[in-house]
Amino acid sequence: MARAVSTRRKWITTIVAWTIGLALFFPILWTFLTSFKTEGEAIATPPSLMFFNWTLENYVEVQARSNYLKYFSNSIIIAVGSTIVGLLIAVPAAWAMAFSPTKRTKEILLWMLSTKMLPAVGVLVPIYLLFRDAGLLDSRIGLVGVLTMVNLPIIVWMLYTYFREIPGEILEAARMDGASLAKEIVYVLTPMALPGIASTMLLNIILAWNEAFWTLNLTASSAAPLTAFIAAYSSPEGLFWAKLSAASTLAVAPILIMGWFSQRQLIRGLTFGAVK
Amino acid sequence: MATMHTRSTARLMMAPAVVSLLLWMAVPLGMTIWFSLLRYNLLMPGMEEWTGFTNYRYFLTDPAFFTAIANTLLMVGGVLLISVGGGIALALLLDQAFFGQGIVRLLVIAPFFVMPTVSALVWKNMFMNPVYGLFAMVARFFGLEPVDWFAEVPLFSIIMIVAWQWLPFATLILLTALQSLDEEQKEAAEMDGAGPLSRFIYIVLPHLSRAITVVILIQTIFLLSIFAEILVTTNGGPGLQSTTLTYLVYVQALLQFDVGSASAGGIIAVILANIVAIFLMRIVGKNLDA
Repeated sequence: MARAVSTRRKWITTIVAWTIGLALFFPILWTFLTSFKTEGEAIATPPSLMFFNWTLENYVEVQARSNYLKYFSNSIIIAVGSTIVGLLIAVPAAWAMAFSPTKRTKEILLWMLSTKMLPAVGVLVPIYLLFRDAGLLDSRIGLVGVLTMVNLPIIVWMLYTYFREIPGEILEAARMDGASLAKEIVYVLTPMALPGIASTMLLNIILAWNEAFWTLNLTASSAAPLTAFIAAYSSPEGLFWAKLSAASTLAVAPILIMGWFSQRQLIRGLTFGAVK
Repeated sequence: MATMHTRSTARLMMAPAVVSLLLWMAVPLGMTIWFSLLRYNLLMPGMEEWTGFTNYRYFLTDPAFFTAIANTLLMVGGVLLISVGGGIALALLLDQAFFGQGIVRLLVIAPFFVMPTVSALVWKNMFMNPVYGLFAMVARFFGLEPVDWFAEVPLFSIIMIVAWQWLPFATLILLTALQSLDEEQKEAAEMDGAGPLSRFIYIVLPHLSRAITVVILIQTIFLLSIFAEILVTTNGGPGLQSTTLTYLVYVQALLQFDVGSASAGGIIAVILANIVAIFLMRIVGKNLDA
């Protein structure tokens, strides 16, 4: 920062930036506030930003009416499950590509990326029919499988970009010092690879949590995650905005917080290392 | 460094990922191609018969197909225009020095993490509802007639919602690229008497060009598959006004049970996405060598 920025200019930028930032964030804030209103207050004219009778009844009612916790736990099982299975498959693959690359490594990486570009509708019909025949429709295990495959290319890519940054000399040094393979993995590799694995995991949980093509098309009720639960509000009866807001707040909050912590990794994961 | 031993180990380590992805891609895609050549309706089981390219002919001559393609292009193009244009402006703004930079950054990136069904329903009801929505209230406050968004301009409404979700992504990536710009280069240009506009055109924009390309390509891939936002707001209507290719295939397959023509539509979507993908792969591939 060699240039001095005039204080006046800094204040103007501050006002403009905060206005835009708050405007973009407003729908989320509004949903959060509405979730504490009564249904009557939620549609009141003029609307009240802060000065209403704060109530938790929407949260209670959302759970009582529709067993919200079931959908919430489905979301967790599907998002975390597909991430863990994905990591189990991807860690060895990315490891091999980063540490013993061959001429074909690049081809394999690009091919994996190309599978991510296959539009979901291109395989919707056969997947649906295969799932129907195998009894996997509306099952959590089926969705875990699908989301694992949908996100696997991103997991492999992210891990690969992290692993490639681990210097190979360290492994050789450890070997020279007489470390066995087991010791090498436990004491040298794991500590160096963990941050990359952790952020890959975080990003992938976010992506799987918000996935809304397969979760909507392959579930009905028993395996339905929050995406499908919220979608049920598209044809509502009576007043429902406060309840919709409460359900939405619970569905978005955990992922929003995780997302805020992983915004740097997000760039790496979603641009396949093309922007740093 | 790779000996025969490590090479075979490496192959073994890669096998699960490669094989599972190959199965995931090849088997269903092969089945889609096969189905697309059959007359196959789930309501008439056992009546499947070979029809060659009839499904494609049917799909390609169906007026709904052209509407869907036009809607898809309008939606992808509209969202790209808003998110990339807005993203560049926002990134330039956030790159300046101001108070609370970190917090504003968190506020701007937040919409990207909202699940699609939530953002679509929140916008549809609490903002775009013609009677109680905030937009209608603001319009009435100024003495204007409220807009019935999803009845009058359904596709535009969906574009707004999707653009709100993707603007943060474009902003974040462009901001990251902007921050890697050499400060001294800008200063040198400034000392040589270049104004803000020419600095932007000759230094900032060329520096951003690759990031912009990446944003466009990645967003296009995701935007071609937009589904939930349409399902929970308009169901593709009124009429076909907000039906995209993805949504049309869904209707054919899971609502009309016409597996044959849905498969043909799916294959057409795959071909369209591939055209975009080729360009993206080229850029990413170049980067791998560097």
